[in-house]
Amino acid sequence: MTGQPDSAPVLPDTFHPPGLHVRTRVLPGFKITLGLTLFYLSVLVVIPLIALIARPWEHGLKGVLFVLTDPRVLHALWISFSIAFAAAFVNVFAGLIVAWSLTRYKFPGRRLLDAFIDLPFALPTAVAGIALSSLYAGNGWLGQWFDTIGLKVAYTPLGIFVALVFIGLPFIMRSVQPVLAEFEAEIEEAAQTLGANGWQTLVRIVLPALMPSLATGFSLALARGVGEYGSVIFIAGNMPYVSEIAPLLIVIKLQEFDYAGAATVGVLMLALSLAILVVLNLIQRRFARWGAAA
Amino acid sequence: MTARAPQTPKTAGAMALLGFTLLWLGVIIVLPLVYVLATAFAKGVAPWLSALGNEDTISAIKLTLLVAAISVPLNAGFGLCAAWAITRFEFPGKSLLLAVLDLPFSLSPVIAGLVWILLFGANGWFGFLLRDYDVKIVFALPGLVLATVLVTLPFVARELIPLMEDQGTDEEVAARTLGARGWDIFFRVTLPNIKWALTYGVLLCTARAMGEFGAVSVVSGHIRGLTNTLPLQIEIAYNQYDTVGAFAAASILAGLALVTLVLKTLLEWRFAHELAANRSH
Repeated sequence: MTGQPDSAPVLPDTFHPPGLHVRTRVLPGFKITLGLTLFYLSVLVVIPLIALIARPWEHGLKGVLFVLTDPRVLHALWISFSIAFAAAFVNVFAGLIVAWSLTRYKFPGRRLLDAFIDLPFALPTAVAGIALSSLYAGNGWLGQWFDTIGLKVAYTPLGIFVALVFIGLPFIMRSVQPVLAEFEAEIEEAAQTLGANGWQTLVRIVLPALMPSLATGFSLALARGVGEYGSVIFIAGNMPYVSEIAPLLIVIKLQEFDYAGAATVGVLMLALSLAILVVLNLIQRRFARWGAAA
Repeated sequence: MTARAPQTPKTAGAMALLGFTLLWLGVIIVLPLVYVLATAFAKGVAPWLSALGNEDTISAIKLTLLVAAISVPLNAGFGLCAAWAITRFEFPGKSLLLAVLDLPFSLSPVIAGLVWILLFGANGWFGFLLRDYDVKIVFALPGLVLATVLVTLPFVARELIPLMEDQGTDEEVAARTLGARGWDIFFRVTLPNIKWALTYGVLLCTARAMGEFGAVSVVSGHIRGLTNTLPLQIEIAYNQYDTVGAFAAASILAGLALVTLVLKTLLEWRFAHELAANRSH
């Protein structure tokens, strides 16, 4: 190269270099992939949900209010949400201990057990349902032990709780585990060097950092638990006003050809779930700040 | 900065935590699986085989495979399309699109079935198709497929999006600059980069599609030999106190779940870096 070129490079007259403000899409396929995505989501998610939201009003506001004030509906919603809440809450603690043990301690079979954590994701809910209900029935492997202390698990709300603990465990576990695994040993060591004991390190240093992921896991487990059907109906006993869950009530209303009633319960479940998820999301952001500040 | 390596538990507290973990996972997770297999084979292999040889069970297995064979490719194709559009381009409303994409995760399976009844049932918006043209959607194969597709819709897309976001567009832009055309870029650059994540998503999608119960139960109509998938067959057998039949069918699905777990674990060990880092489903 000999410094400056003798003359300006020759460019065709038609060439206009694109200005920086011009947004060019270099990669092809934008319109077709976005179009197909929108079409697919409209047909499979948006239109069905519109049909769901539109349906309760076919008998007017009165019809909706009738369903909303039906004690059986309210009770089923209470059962679904309160037990899902309780199960997710227990899973936060159990999942934390399990995640802690599996990431911190070395023992034979650790990796195998770790792989088994996802069984509730992989095992079809009907299979889990019949297994749990047989295990916890009065004459079952576990049920007979509970029977001796006078505790009935299967065919009671406690059975629903057991099923939702099973279903929810991997959500908490898989949310917390990566954070725990990548938690830098230096931070804990620094805390200990500064005189913190094991318990103080855990409560002041490790737990705050885990809070956001615990909250995420809790929300996921709760959302799944509220809508869970297959693993629950076998063990629940399905007694109206006692152990009847909201999804089952939808099925019952459909069998009675009460489409509007079924849709009302469905919309209510969705609205409540979304409201709770929004609140949990807000709480989680607080935790995230707390975790960052700690 | 290093993560702490797992250590042999020494203190009493550590032993207690580990003991709790083993007991909890043993009772909550392992025992139900053991129970399914033990009950299915309680009377030996012959009753197990004859329970599976039942005509209804065989047609249920076929139907389950058929529904999965239609639903999974649809959702895999959609996942690729959506991931390409979302990670390769900027456009307004992207976060709304992602929220809609995630919706099926927080939808009760029963609602995922209910919506199809509301659309295509006799009293549904498109019920006239059934009345006037005899097009059967609910209580028939199309309904089973629609319900399954809705429930498993985000699985593939959710694996691909974080990974492709992470990988960025450099390689594809380079290929484009060198003159590669759309499909060449996809097959020679993108697909090799995402093939294991795609496999992983398809695996999870297939497992869920074959095991789905709630959504399918609502749209099936439970017509024996016609619209009963394997999970529904389990319910019928169980409710008729046909324990061996129910658990024999359940053992097939439990075996499927185990195969899924093994493949999933293998993919995670072998291709950790080629799968998206953050997953919770």
